[in-house]
Amino acid sequence: MDPNEALSQLKFRDPVRARALRDTLERLVEQADHAPVSIMHVCGSHEQAIAKFGLRAAFPEELQVIMGPGCPVCVTDVPEVDEAVALAKQGVRVASYGDMLRVPGTSQSLADAKAEGAKVDVVYSVTQAVELAKTHDEEVVFFASGFETTAVATAAILVDDPPDNFSVLSAHKYIPPVMEIVAEMPETKIEGFLAAGHAATITGSAVFEKFVERHGLPVVIAGFEPLDVLAGLVKLVEVINSGKPRVENAFPRCVSAEGNLQAQKLLWRVFRPTGGRWRGIAHVPNGNLRLRDEFARYDTRKRFTIDASSLWDQAPPKLVQQCQCGDIMAGIASPSDCHLFGKECTPDTPVGACMVSAEGTCKIWHQYGGRPDLRSMKRGAA
Amino acid sequence: MTRNVRFVEDRITLKYGTGGAAMRALIEQVFAEGLGEVGEGGVGLSAMDDGAAIRVGDQYLVIATDSHVVQPIEFPGGDIGRLAVSGTVNDLAMMGATEPLALTCAAIIEDGFGREDLKRIWASIRRTCEEAGTTIVTGDTKIMGHGEIDGLVINTTGVALTKRIVRDSGLRVGDQIIVTGTMGDHGLAIMATRNELALETTLESDVAPVHKLVERALAVGGEGVVALKDPTRGGLSSALHEMAEKSGVGIIVDEPSVPLRQEVRAVGELLGIDPLVSANEGKAVIGVRPEVAAAVLDAVRAHPLGRNAAIVGECVKERPGFVVLDTGFGSRLLAEAEGELLPRIC
Repeated sequence: MDPNEALSQLKFRDPVRARALRDTLERLVEQADHAPVSIMHVCGSHEQAIAKFGLRAAFPEELQVIMGPGCPVCVTDVPEVDEAVALAKQGVRVASYGDMLRVPGTSQSLADAKAEGAKVDVVYSVTQAVELAKTHDEEVVFFASGFETTAVATAAILVDDPPDNFSVLSAHKYIPPVMEIVAEMPETKIEGFLAAGHAATITGSAVFEKFVERHGLPVVIAGFEPLDVLAGLVKLVEVINSGKPRVENAFPRCVSAEGNLQAQKLLWRVFRPTGGRWRGIAHVPNGNLRLRDEFARYDTRKRFTIDASSLWDQAPPKLVQQCQCGDIMAGIASPSDCHLFGKECTPDTPVGACMVSAEGTCKIWHQYGGRPDLRSMKRGAA
Repeated sequence: MTRNVRFVEDRITLKYGTGGAAMRALIEQVFAEGLGEVGEGGVGLSAMDDGAAIRVGDQYLVIATDSHVVQPIEFPGGDIGRLAVSGTVNDLAMMGATEPLALTCAAIIEDGFGREDLKRIWASIRRTCEEAGTTIVTGDTKIMGHGEIDGLVINTTGVALTKRIVRDSGLRVGDQIIVTGTMGDHGLAIMATRNELALETTLESDVAPVHKLVERALAVGGEGVVALKDPTRGGLSSALHEMAEKSGVGIIVDEPSVPLRQEVRAVGELLGIDPLVSANEGKAVIGVRPEVAAAVLDAVRAHPLGRNAAIVGECVKERPGFVVLDTGFGSRLLAEAEGELLPRIC
């Protein structure tokens, strides 16, 4: 890897240009004929950027930027975790991303199973999981999570003849359908969506046209540097104010209208969309990605009889019932509304999935402060 | 809202060595528990400062100790020997004691360790002692079986006398925070040698004794120098959190003013490690009264190890115990290093 490449990205971190964009944003929010203006982003990387650069404290007071169901680890549903835990407890080797290990299932997480002696490995990529399969004579199950971006990586492996002892337990999810669900929630006040730039490099911006038609809510695609986020918000509020909802691409250096056609082909060759629950949110029609029959031999669900019923005997821990992750991801509540936040629920001892993942709203707010409001704090005030 | 009070768990894991809140909890709840007092005006373990101070006549005997487990033991810009001497000399200096009288040095060596490697490390220890104007007067040697310890562990303890001790708890509202140079160099240089991304960098550790630089700051700033800390494990963030908490003030850091090498910034981006939580081994964080800030900054900059020094922050009355980062885009809380991200960097 080349450090100079990382350095070249720093040009999207110019505070002077950021201030100009912020002033524009302030003016646009004032021009709106109502307050507050509420928008939702659906991506953990956006929340990371907003938190890391302290943007939340710089947003206009009357602009609400809500993080939606944009963390794939957080929306992995309990039965999906149970499947992985049950397999691991049956003695099957299970590999997954580090954050997935700590996501609570009905009574246990993969990390709990590991502590009891199950064979659970942390991997950083699907490629590493395949390597594991190559070096072990036993079955290796890759518990796959992530949105369309990561699903493409999994698909690429599956069309490339992975070893016979390798299979995929897919918890992959597809973002566009969940935006429909959130848009239709009766409690929702969302007036527009900021869509994730990296996912849109694959799907293209045109995928959102139908959504805009159906719901009358604008979508703006934005990148992840502070200037990208601010420019995306400026464009979004502009479109909201115009009263003419449409799709706008504020990340043209990476995203095109049609997207990466080859990646799309690969994605839909391997996966089919199917309905399923997203943790805490709702049943999302076409929101889950499952393997097509053509790839049945790599489909863990077809290859094994998974019996998770033994996990249901124990009652779930009491604290979990008070967890508000679902409302937080639906944009109805903030982490600070949850009375477990920062007390019983911390990154060390997470109760809900949003405190587990580096992309979870609660984890990010816990690390960077989120609100309580830092707007008023200035140097030289003494 | 107060910062999380945490309890030490059944097992001591790597996260207790990161230099952050977990380690402070361990010291508080286990090591410092039930120890006697150090006597009138002294500083003991419960103060959790960089060293201890015992009143002897009209001055203080300052004692500091430090064990070193860095991996690799020789790294760009230094080695475990230079680190062992600098670490302790700097800890003494952070108490205001800038003339180290002598050091002790204990070595625990793994069965099979190379003689030439050992001689090279000890040559480095001698050179650094000379540079620091001190020497090693006694020591201890232990050998452990192969696999029972990884290579070499060195402990040094230092003593010094001073008329005035400087604590890490002396900040009040309005005080300015000076850092004596670029942040994060040591930690990221070590991580770059280790990570699996096969980075090719020219990063070098900043490991060096900085007591002479601190001496200058004290000479110019006098009583106006109110707090000292070396931003080692946990980096600038942990140092400021400790200072803020013990002093009962909030600290606002102006991120664009924090001196960073471009390459440290870039490698930090790649590895996902914030240079502000990454270790330094040749730097000091100096808290000063506003009226002496400019003079102290000039004095520090005039020293070869302080050329990049800058005023990076200010103490405020809001949010005592917290460190707020003004990113230039907005504000957020500065996070402390958590977990086992950076084991064995010093």
